[in-house]
Amino acid sequence: MSGEPLIRVEDVWFSYDNEVTALRGVSLTITKGERIALIGQNGGGKTTLAKHLNGLLKPTKGRVLVKGMDTRTTPTHELVRYVGYVFQNPAHQIFTSRVYDEVAYGPKNLGLSEEEVDKRVRRALEMVGLQDYVEWHPYDLNFGQMKLLTIASILSMDPEIYVLDEPTSGQDHRWRNLVAELIMKLNQQGKTIIVITHDMKFVARTSERTILLANGKILADGPTREVLNNIELLREAAIKPPQITQLCHELNNRLGTSFQSMLEEEAAEEFIKHGINV
Amino acid sequence: MALIEVKGLSFRYAGSEEYAVRDVDIEVERGEFIVLAGRSGCGKSTLLRCMNGLIPHFYEGDMEGRVVVDGMDTRETPPHMISQVAGMVFQNPENQLFALNVEADIAFPLENLAFPREEIRERVEWALRVMGIEDLRDRSPAELSGGQKQKVAVASVLAMRPKALLLDEPTSSLDPLSAKQLIETIAELNRRHGITIIIAEHRLDLLLPHASRLIVMERGRVAVDEEPRKALTRDIIPYGVAVPKVARVAQLITKMGVGCFRRLPLTVEEFVEEVRGDGR
Repeated sequence: MSGEPLIRVEDVWFSYDNEVTALRGVSLTITKGERIALIGQNGGGKTTLAKHLNGLLKPTKGRVLVKGMDTRTTPTHELVRYVGYVFQNPAHQIFTSRVYDEVAYGPKNLGLSEEEVDKRVRRALEMVGLQDYVEWHPYDLNFGQMKLLTIASILSMDPEIYVLDEPTSGQDHRWRNLVAELIMKLNQQGKTIIVITHDMKFVARTSERTILLANGKILADGPTREVLNNIELLREAAIKPPQITQLCHELNNRLGTSFQSMLEEEAAEEFIKHGINV
Repeated sequence: MALIEVKGLSFRYAGSEEYAVRDVDIEVERGEFIVLAGRSGCGKSTLLRCMNGLIPHFYEGDMEGRVVVDGMDTRETPPHMISQVAGMVFQNPENQLFALNVEADIAFPLENLAFPREEIRERVEWALRVMGIEDLRDRSPAELSGGQKQKVAVASVLAMRPKALLLDEPTSSLDPLSAKQLIETIAELNRRHGITIIIAEHRLDLLLPHASRLIVMERGRVAVDEEPRKALTRDIIPYGVAVPKVARVAQLITKMGVGCFRRLPLTVEEFVEEVRGDGR
C-alpha cells in the first residue's frame, strides 16, 4: 500500500564531536514506494542523514522512527531487516572470500532456512547479472561488478527500503543505465529507494522527489522537477543543474517561455510543440 | 612529424588471454585536445600507459607494433625521458601526492632528476601559477579537497614542462563543480600554453566543447576517431558513451524534421545561439 509512512525523521541534530554539527534540525517523512534523491555538496550532511535511516548513526537530539521503531532503542541488526544500505566504496562492505558467501551472509543472519537463503542468493545474483560468478573471489571482480555484488548482498536481505550511496560515481554510461533500471524494477515491486548522489542527470531520471541538504539543513524538499528547476537555489547550494534544465532556463530567460523539461525526449517535444525556431 | 605516433599497437597484459589494446593506429599532432571515450575496460588506460612508456617498462605483457613519442621509440627509451615529454595524471590524486607540502610535492620529480635549484624554483612557480593554486603552496596535501589535490597532481606533472599531458579519468573522484573547474583549467593549458591534451573521461558534456578530436574505443580497438561534432553524428551510444544532452535534444529536433541546426550544439550557449526566436 502506498502512502504509508515508513520513516519519520523528527528534528534531528547530530554532531560527530562537539565541534562539527553535521545535521541541524532535519525533519522529513518517507512513505512507502517513494523514489527519493538526497543531493547537496560534500559536507552538507547527505551521508550523515542517510546513515541515520538504518541506525548506523543515532541522533544527538531529536529522533528517527523506522516503521515506528525508535533507532536509538532498536538494535541496528533489527533495523537492517527493513533498511538496506549500499556503501559508496564496495571495499567498505565486502568482507568474505566468495561471491556466494557475500550475498548469503545477510539472509543467514536473518535466521532463514538454508533453502530459502540459497533461493535468495540465486535470485539476487541474477537480478544484478552476476549469476556466473558465484564461486569467484569478490576482489577478482572489476570495480563495477564489485558494486553490483554489494547491491546483491542487500537484495538478498529483501528490505523494504534501499539506501544507495553514490551508486554511479566514476562509472560509465552503461553502468548508470543498469543501476537506473534496477531502481525502477525494485520500485515497481513496491520498494522505497533513497539515492545519495552528485549526478543530477541520474536524479532527473530516477527520482520523483528530491531533498537538497546544505550545512546540515534541508534547503528544499519537493518534486524533483521543481527542485531542479530552482536554478537560483541550486546555485546557492553550489549544485550544477542538469544540462537540459540549464538549457530550459536559458531559453526561458530569452524567449519568456516556461520550459521545465529534465530529459532529452521531453525537451525536444516541448520545444517543438512551442514552435521554437532553429 | 607527429608528437605521438602509435603504429599497429597491440598489448596484452601478462596472464591475460585477451588483448587490452588491438591494432591501434593514432597520430597525435602538437596542440591537439583529444578525448578518449568508451566504456570501462575498453582499453583507454592501456593506450595512455603505452603513450608514456609505462607500458612496456612497468607492466609486463606482449606488445606488438610501436609507439614513438617526440621521436623516441618507447621500447628503447627509459620512461623518465618519455615522461618529460608526455606526463601522466592518474584517476586518484592520492597516489601521486606524498610530501609534507604542496610546493615540495611539485618539486619532487624535478629534484629526483637533479635539476638545478633555480630551475626547480622557476618551474614550480610556473606550475602553481598556471594551475591557479599559488595560495596552496604551503598547505599539506592531506588538508586539501579532492579538486585541489588533483590540481596539485597536474601541477607536479606540468613542472616537468611536458609537451603533452595524458590524463586518465582525472575527475572520477571529484564532485561535478570541482570536475568542471579542473576541466576548464586543463582547457586553458591547451589554449594558452599549447599543451597537447589526451584525456580519458566519461564526462563528455564538459570536455567536448574544448576538444579537437574524439576517439571512441571498443574492446581494445579504435571505433571512432573524428572531430567531435562529426563523431556525434554516428551512433556512438552502443559504445557506452554518453552524448551531451543538448546535442541529443538538437538531434531529436532535427530527426523530427522540424528544425535545422547550422552546427550541432555541444553546450547550452551554443544551443541558445541557434534559436532564432519563438515561433509564435
